[in-house]
Amino acid sequence: MKENKIKKAPGIGKIITYILLAVWAIIVLFPFYWMILTSVKSYASYNAEYFPKFFTLSPTFENYKEAFTAVPLGQYFLNTVIFTVATTAIMLIVIIPAAFAFSRLEFKGKNLVFTLFLALMMIPNELVVITNFTTITNLDLRNSFIGLILPSVTSVFYIYLLKENFSQIPDELYYAAKVDGTSDFKYLMRVMIPICRPTLVTVTILKVIECWNSYVWPRLITDDPAYFLVSNGIQEIRENGFGRENIPAMMAAVVVISLPLIVLFLIFRNKIMAGVARGGTKG
Amino acid sequence: MEKKNLKAWLYLLPAILFLGIFMVYPLIDVFIYSFEEGFNSSSQTYSGIGIYNYSYILRDPYFLQALKNTFILVMITVPVSTGLALLISVGLSSIKWLKNLFQTVYFLPYVTNTLAVGLVFMILFKPTAYSDGLINLILGFFGMSPVDFIDGPYWAKMLVLCIYTVWVVMPFKILILTSALASVNRNYYDAARVDGTSKGRIFRKITLPMISPMLFYLVITGFIGAFKAYSDAVALFGTELNAAEMNTIVGYVYDMLYGEGGGFPSYASAAAIVLFAIVLTITVINLLISRRHVHY
Repeated sequence: MKENKIKKAPGIGKIITYILLAVWAIIVLFPFYWMILTSVKSYASYNAEYFPKFFTLSPTFENYKEAFTAVPLGQYFLNTVIFTVATTAIMLIVIIPAAFAFSRLEFKGKNLVFTLFLALMMIPNELVVITNFTTITNLDLRNSFIGLILPSVTSVFYIYLLKENFSQIPDELYYAAKVDGTSDFKYLMRVMIPICRPTLVTVTILKVIECWNSYVWPRLITDDPAYFLVSNGIQEIRENGFGRENIPAMMAAVVVISLPLIVLFLIFRNKIMAGVARGGTKG
Repeated sequence: MEKKNLKAWLYLLPAILFLGIFMVYPLIDVFIYSFEEGFNSSSQTYSGIGIYNYSYILRDPYFLQALKNTFILVMITVPVSTGLALLISVGLSSIKWLKNLFQTVYFLPYVTNTLAVGLVFMILFKPTAYSDGLINLILGFFGMSPVDFIDGPYWAKMLVLCIYTVWVVMPFKILILTSALASVNRNYYDAARVDGTSKGRIFRKITLPMISPMLFYLVITGFIGAFKAYSDAVALFGTELNAAEMNTIVGYVYDMLYGEGGGFPSYASAAAIVLFAIVLTITVINLLISRRHVHY
C-alpha cells in the first residue's frame, strides 16, 4: 500500500506541474492569438459580436490593407528600420574602440576613467532625458533622425560587456601580432572582432530590440508623423487613426509591428535568451 | 609611451564625447535645473535659487497621484511577479518533455513592443459595441457583474495595469530563475534524498538558499524597473494619464517636460530627482537586508 503511494505521488505532481505550466503558456500566448484573430475579423463582424468569437471562418486581409493605406504605417515602419539600423551601427563604431582601449591599451588614468564609466551605469535614463530634450531642441534637431539617434548611441554596459570579452583573449596573440608588425587597429579588426563575434552579435540583437521598442525619447523629440517610430505610430493610430474606433485594423497594425522582433527571436532564440540572461533589463 | 597614451584616448574619444554630452552634462544640469526657481523656457532665465520646485511638486495633486500609483504598482507587481516566476521556474526545471517549447513561449513577451501589445490587453478588457469585452464575459461566468476596466473605477484600472506589468516582466524573471535553478549542484539534492529529506524541506533548505542571490537580484531590478513604469500605462490608458488618474512618476516627469501641460523642465527635474532618491533608498535598504539573509 505504502509503496504504491510513493510511486504515484510524483506522477500526480508532474501532472499538476504540466497543468500549471500550460496555464501560464496560455496566458502568454492568448493576447497574441487574440490580436491575430481580431486582425482578420472584418470591422462589421467584430462590432456586431454580442459574444466575442474565438475563431473566424471568414478571415479577411482587408484590415492589413487599411493599416497600410489609411495611416502611414509603412512610413513608421521604415523610420523604425532606419533608426534601428543607424543607432545600432553607430553604437558598434563607438563601443568597439572604447572596449579595445580599456582591454588592450595601456594609458594614464585608465582605471579612473573605467571606474567613472562604470559609475555612469547606475544613472537612470529618466534623469538625463530632461537636459537632452533641451539640448536637442536648442540644436534645432527635433523631428530629425540625428536628434532621434544621437542620445542613444552609447551604452556603458555594452562597453563593459565587450571589454570583459576582449580581455579574455590571451596576451600571446597580441605580442605575436606585434612581432609580425601588425598595427593595433589591424589587430582589433582581424583578430579581436572575429574572436568576439558571439558577444558582438548578442549586443547587436539586444540593441535592436531596444531600438525597435523605444517610445519615450522618440515621443519627446518628434511631433511630425513623418518621423514617428512604430511605438509612437501605434499610439497615434490609437488616438487619431482610422477616423473611427476600428479595432480590427488597429490589431492588424499591432501584428505588423510585432512580427519583425518575433521572427528575429525565433531565428536567434538561444543567442537572445543567453544575451538577455547576461545583460538584459526590462524586468 | 606618450604616443601610446594619445592613441588610447583617440580610441576612447567617441564614447567620451557622447557620454559627456548626453550623460555627464545632463546629470549635472538636472540638479541645477531642479533648484532654479521660476525658470522660463523661452527666455532661458530664472528668478532665483531654492527648493521651490520640490515644494511645488510635492503639493501638486497630480504628482501625489503619480507617487501613489507608482507605489501601489511596485508593491503589488514585484512580489507577485517574483513569486509567480519562482513557481513557474521550479515547475520548468522539474520537467524534460516540452521544456524547450515552454521556455520559448514564456520568453515571447520580452521581444514584443510594449505599446503595441498593451493595445491587445486594452481590447481584452474594454467593452465593445455590443458586449462588455472578453474578460468581463469570463468574469460573468463566475457570476460577477461587468466592470469597465479601462475607463471605470480606480481599482479596476490599477488591476489591469498590474496584470499587464506582471505579464511584461515575467520573461526576464523566469529566464534568470531557470538558469539559477539549473546551476544548483545536483550533489546537494542527491545527498538530501539519501537522507530521506522531504521535497518541501529540500526546497526551503537547499534550493532557496542556493538561488537567493539571483532572487535578490531580481527583487532589486524589479523594484527599480517598476518604479520607472510608464509605457505600460500609456499603452493601456493613452497619453492623457493625469486625466485617467493612472499617471506614474516617470509619466509626470515627461508630462511636465513636454505636451499639453509641459514646458516646465524645473518641475520635471525635481520630480526626476525625487524618483532617483526613492530608487536609491530602496536599493540601499535592499542591500542592507540582503547582508543578513542572502547566502552568497
